Amino acid sequence: MTASLIARAAFRTALVLIGVAFVTLVVLLPLATVFEEAFRKGWSYFAEAVSEPDAVASIRLTLIVAAIAVPLNVIFGVAAAWAIAKFEFRGKGVLIALIDLPFSVSPVVSGLIYVLLYGAHGWFGPELQAMGVKVIFSVVGIVLATVFVTFPFVARELIPLMQEQGTQEEEAAITLGASGWRTFFSVTLPNIKWGLLYGVLLCNARAMGEFGAVSVVSGHIRGQTNTMPLHVEILYNDYDIAGAFAVASLLAGLALVTLIAKLGLEWRYGGELAAARKH
Amino acid sequence: MTALTLPRAAPRRHTVLPGFGLTMGFTLFYLSMVVLLPLVALIVRPWELGWDGFIKAVSEPAVYASLRLSFLTALIAAAVNAVFGLLLAWILVRYRFPGRRLLDAAIDLPFALPTAVAGIAFATLYSPRSGWLGQPLKETFDLIVAFTPSGIVIALVFIGLPFVVRSVQPVLEDLDRDQEDAAATLGARSWQTFLRVIMPALLPAWFTGFALAFARAVGEYGSVIFIAGNRPLYSEIAPLKIIQKLESYDYAGASAIGVTMLGASFLILLAINLAQRWVARR
Repeated sequence: MTASLIARAAFRTALVLIGVAFVTLVVLLPLATVFEEAFRKGWSYFAEAVSEPDAVASIRLTLIVAAIAVPLNVIFGVAAAWAIAKFEFRGKGVLIALIDLPFSVSPVVSGLIYVLLYGAHGWFGPELQAMGVKVIFSVVGIVLATVFVTFPFVARELIPLMQEQGTQEEEAAITLGASGWRTFFSVTLPNIKWGLLYGVLLCNARAMGEFGAVSVVSGHIRGQTNTMPLHVEILYNDYDIAGAFAVASLLAGLALVTLIAKLGLEWRYGGELAAARKH
Repeated sequence: MTALTLPRAAPRRHTVLPGFGLTMGFTLFYLSMVVLLPLVALIVRPWELGWDGFIKAVSEPAVYASLRLSFLTALIAAAVNAVFGLLLAWILVRYRFPGRRLLDAAIDLPFALPTAVAGIAFATLYSPRSGWLGQPLKETFDLIVAFTPSGIVIALVFIGLPFVVRSVQPVLEDLDRDQEDAAATLGARSWQTFLRVIMPALLPAWFTGFALAFARAVGEYGSVIFIAGNRPLYSEIAPLKIIQKLESYDYAGASAIGVTMLGASFLILLAINLAQRWVARR
């Protein structure tokens, strides 16, 4: 009997060790590499790499792109969740599947589709060029590609959450004479705020970190159309490894902050959020 | 536009809530502009080459090799994740050990870490000349991971890791332990209980996780491109071929690769879905 207990404990320990070793190898070592390489040449090199004009321009552009793309997808996500969760209509399943579609499209294809529309040989490219509007190889294209890849994040967080909550509270508010907007802001929004914040966090992390899609539409003009991930690529290809990892470590820092905030939300409002994620 | 063919019937159940027209209208408009119209452009574009031209574009040796590489490496990576993802979900749900919460949190890192950052980290880590792992591997086993297809698989394992764990974990948490106790009481060995009682319940979620990891890996670019080495016919992935076609203004050729990738992943996901239903029915 004790022998089998010991064997059992050994088996458990072995499984845990394998799991820990795997995650260390696949996830933790790369993360450690980022910070180790970023500071390999010392603080001053790091500080210089992240404050030189092209790096600063890339940080600015990344912030601008996220500041446009995230709010757009928040408005969309809330509108879509309202229509889908509060009303019954045919084709709902199709609509939800279409909203999830960008998740299954390759990042490079996500950039390609906008080149096909607005590029020099795209559907609307020549007309736009005649009007002097530049979409591809400009900030507009970067924003469009980012909006596409982050499209489902807020909606897919809110739809199950709002479906779970039903319509009774809103119906009561409307019956008591509140306007639609008032109902939304004082009844619905307080109910979904943590789920919304959760969606915004994930949406923002992807928006700031997107590489493939943005790479296709950016044109890589230093100081103008380079986001942080693209700047990392340029530095890396120029063999400025320490510089590349310095900028990369800022993005890794963002990822860690996102994860910690996400954990905080799950821990504090786990019940509300879990209901949504079970679906 | 395509979206207009979507059923837009008025709410069937009567409700006093306002805003259906506004929110539904905006949702369909935004969805059409951002997702549907661009995807229609992708699907339509390659056919200006004609059927023969399309086949020629995707069967060109370098293109065909890149498609094969992308799908094969994605399948291998998803299979690795299926095994280790199941193990991780199991230890996270069933065992208590120090650092469990940290391990749980670390699983989500591939979702949050920008792919280019992961990409240069892997390329550096596995560099045969100076990498923490690459140098010892080269010196002791004469094994080179960076700039070979095995490097691509490693990057794709990273990218797909969360999918299997996060698909299986909630199902395992909700699993009724009574059946396991019953099996044990009836004399089943623990591996029998695992195979006969637990695995059947986990299978659909396990398949889903595998499918999600695979779908994500097929099109992955940022984390792969730095470690792949990008040698034609050897380690060039399909997304890179798309970029090369675009750089030479071959829009139709680029779209042909894109459509093939979408079509093939759709078929594979459909097959997995059917297999999943078949398993669920048994």
